[in-house]
Amino acid sequence: MKSVGKHRGAGRLLTGLVFLFLYLPIIVLVIFSFNSSKSRKVWSGFTFEWYKELFSDQMILNSFYITILVAVLAAVIATIAGTFAAIGFFNMKKRPRGILLAINNLPVINADIITGVSMMLLFVSARSLFRFDLGFGTLLIAHITFNIPYVILSVMPKLYQLDNNLFEAAQDLGASWFQAFSKVILPEIRPGIINGLLIAFTMSLDDFVISYFTAGSQIQTLSMTIYSMARKRISPEINALSTILFGTVLILLLVVNIREIRQEKKLKKSSGKLLNPLD
Amino acid sequence: MKRFLSIPYIVWMAIFVVAPIILVVVYALTSGSGSFTFENFAHMENFLSVFIRSMIMALIATAICILIGYPLAYALACEGPRLQKIFIMLIMLPMWMNFLLRTYAWMSILENTGLINSLLSALGLPTVNMINTQGAVVLGMVYNYLPFMVLPIYSVMVRIEPSVVEAAQDLGANSFKVFLRIIFPLSLPGVLSGITMVFVPSVSTFIISRLLGGGKSLLLGDLIEMQFLGSAYNPHLGSAISLIMMVIIIACMMVMNRFGEGEERAVML
Amino acid sequence: MHHGLKLSKPISVLLLLTMTLSMLLIGCQKSNKNVVNVFNWGLYIDEDIFKTFENQTGIRVNYQTYDSNEMLYSKIKGGGASYDVIIPSDYMVSRMISEDMLEKLDYTNIPNISKIDDNYRYQPYDPDNAYTVPYMWGTVGLIYNSTVVTEDVNSWGLLFDEKYAGRILMFDNSRDAMGIALLYLGYSINTTDKSELDEAYDLLKRQKPLLYAYTMDQIYDWLEGGEAAIGPYYAGDYITMIENNPDLKFCLPDEGSNVFIDCMCIPKGAKNKANAEAFINFMCDTEIALLNCAETGYSTPSKEAYDELPDETKNNTVMYPSAETLDRCEAYVNLPREILEYYDNLWVNLKT
Repeated sequence: MKSVGKHRGAGRLLTGLVFLFLYLPIIVLVIFSFNSSKSRKVWSGFTFEWYKELFSDQMILNSFYITILVAVLAAVIATIAGTFAAIGFFNMKKRPRGILLAINNLPVINADIITGVSMMLLFVSARSLFRFDLGFGTLLIAHITFNIPYVILSVMPKLYQLDNNLFEAAQDLGASWFQAFSKVILPEIRPGIINGLLIAFTMSLDDFVISYFTAGSQIQTLSMTIYSMARKRISPEINALSTILFGTVLILLLVVNIREIRQEKKLKKSSGKLLNPLD
Repeated sequence: MKRFLSIPYIVWMAIFVVAPIILVVVYALTSGSGSFTFENFAHMENFLSVFIRSMIMALIATAICILIGYPLAYALACEGPRLQKIFIMLIMLPMWMNFLLRTYAWMSILENTGLINSLLSALGLPTVNMINTQGAVVLGMVYNYLPFMVLPIYSVMVRIEPSVVEAAQDLGANSFKVFLRIIFPLSLPGVLSGITMVFVPSVSTFIISRLLGGGKSLLLGDLIEMQFLGSAYNPHLGSAISLIMMVIIIACMMVMNRFGEGEERAVML
Repeated sequence: MHHGLKLSKPISVLLLLTMTLSMLLIGCQKSNKNVVNVFNWGLYIDEDIFKTFENQTGIRVNYQTYDSNEMLYSKIKGGGASYDVIIPSDYMVSRMISEDMLEKLDYTNIPNISKIDDNYRYQPYDPDNAYTVPYMWGTVGLIYNSTVVTEDVNSWGLLFDEKYAGRILMFDNSRDAMGIALLYLGYSINTTDKSELDEAYDLLKRQKPLLYAYTMDQIYDWLEGGEAAIGPYYAGDYITMIENNPDLKFCLPDEGSNVFIDCMCIPKGAKNKANAEAFINFMCDTEIALLNCAETGYSTPSKEAYDELPDETKNNTVMYPSAETLDRCEAYVNLPREILEYYDNLWVNLKT
């Protein structure tokens, strides 16, 4: 879409204001991670103290480890399971598929708190039957459960775009089912799978409500630790941890973007020399 | 026969999606001693004010998100491809910083001795009481969920074929007419999915109201949390309230879908 | 797509297997034998002592916090929690005993119980002293900023004074909040008379527009930083706050107040009972009790620890009020089920 010049100025202004709004609290957090007192609004000098303390704070590090572990495991398992489930759904008749997709969508449209509460009720009632504790296992199950729908939702559209004949053509040419699947279908739907994986990972990482209800008493995710701290005094160590996390993601994104820009430039250059392929 | 691939997940859904919801229904329809009862629904009118307040605040937050998010998505879609990419990254980036912490940071900004008020009094202006008000809670909702409004609208807007717009212009439509007749209708699915993605978490939040509302204006989420892990243990009543909330949400979804005509595929991030 | 038969079945079987396996994961989650799961009030312990405990016994402390007795109750009752040591207050102890939620303690594993003053044992909530070991005690009082409140303070009425609208904090739990309203109205904090409770509720409802917030442990931040000027809280916490803001004053109002004893207990079905008893015993050690007192500012029930306190602390009437002051204070008792439900209703209505 092209817009007229005068609109662009207004658009840029709005974009700038929204970014200011989105980043203001983050800037505050980052700045006060270097504050030499514990205050979260009065600046009293520069220090790296909180970064040092962070690496000796077992509780925060432990909950950070659990958060990452759950997010990675849940995202990977959900992506594998969700991809196969999506392929299964795709090959079903319209009626059952519609019903199953509606159920699949439940955790997506439902409020987190209801998903969390209902799973807690399940785990607590199953606990008395099977004698287990709420903990890492239940947390992981909960995360997988709310991740799979996102994977399915991002893989499904890719399946719809798929040319049905491709798969059969491959098999007619002698490919086994597995070969046809991994060489033909998988590459086609890969963007959907990767997108699903990323969404699942982000969802897990940022989740608080569902973890809060399903993690039991032995472990805490980072969000839960922050929540319990937010109701007393948050230690600036948490600011330091988030600053590190945020910085890492920012740098990663920059690196990826700069590489892409370089490649584009290369591409332009090489396309200048006619008929000279890239490699 | 590839549909068998979905059987494990169907079993999984039965256990971890359907069974829990059935449990909520069972809890809502039983009393503490386990006998069947409608008692939990009998005093629902006590909570009418909470229902109404939650709805109104979530609606206001959703409306503000549309008012900011729609022009923003439009502006983004008008940028060049590289800038577009960077801006979208910038919108998603905050989500990588823990949302509790971001919300908590607003406390430092909004408090009576916080950053805004310090700035105001340094300039010799009167201070404003912002924290622990319903306005602060709405601000928290808008802040947290605005990206969920911008992204779906943006993703349908970039898919509008430039040729359609050009054709309309060639046929003499001015830019206002182009917007009204072409861009707006085509972007509607994005708006609808944005609305659900903002409204549902807003209406059910309990963190934002707790951190920014000072515990003075209970929302539906607070009410439910209170009955399960909070200060007034009664999972049966909590389940009944959850059930009603769920019915409201699903009813809203169905109304939306009617407008959206199964566009759900178009718009997940 | 009919050629898929051969492999799609094994794959789906495999997936089903992985999923059942991950489900089994919850079943055989290795519970580290050498752990004690402690659930305590926020800011109510010197967390450095966990290391000492681990060095002495090899037991790791897994520590989490709550901010009201009612929240503790919910978490134990319905939250699928499995803690080994919890620290409820008197009235919650008796509720938990009456609902069979606590284990009897084996005092042979807690020899340090001998250090506890008998005045704090055999209390009405646990007459045979079978379930509890007192941890700390204290009173509830009015904390205010003397730069804002310059008048003499001797009444809970300060909390309902429109002069200070927007600068007042209130307890975010039903029992403490209702208790203060009842005291101000001249009723017993343990009343079961619904009309008295209704009056207290009306008072709180009228107070609501004057409040800065309902709060528990955030009160530290707000009173120390000058965000708010007045709030009722526990005496021990005032001792901590005054270190950061010397303008804060404490008053135990003339209408009387609440005196409480918080007790270490073991919830029913605790997995690591022996470890829990070792932890409770450790907490009663005089040196550890002194560290906890110094950190939290609360009053110790241990006579040995009390004897070793510096005179300055012993003479601090906030921590160790005189006998006459204590006479004005009443302990909460557990209420009948019907009244508890009434409390919950009033509380929810107040907050809506």
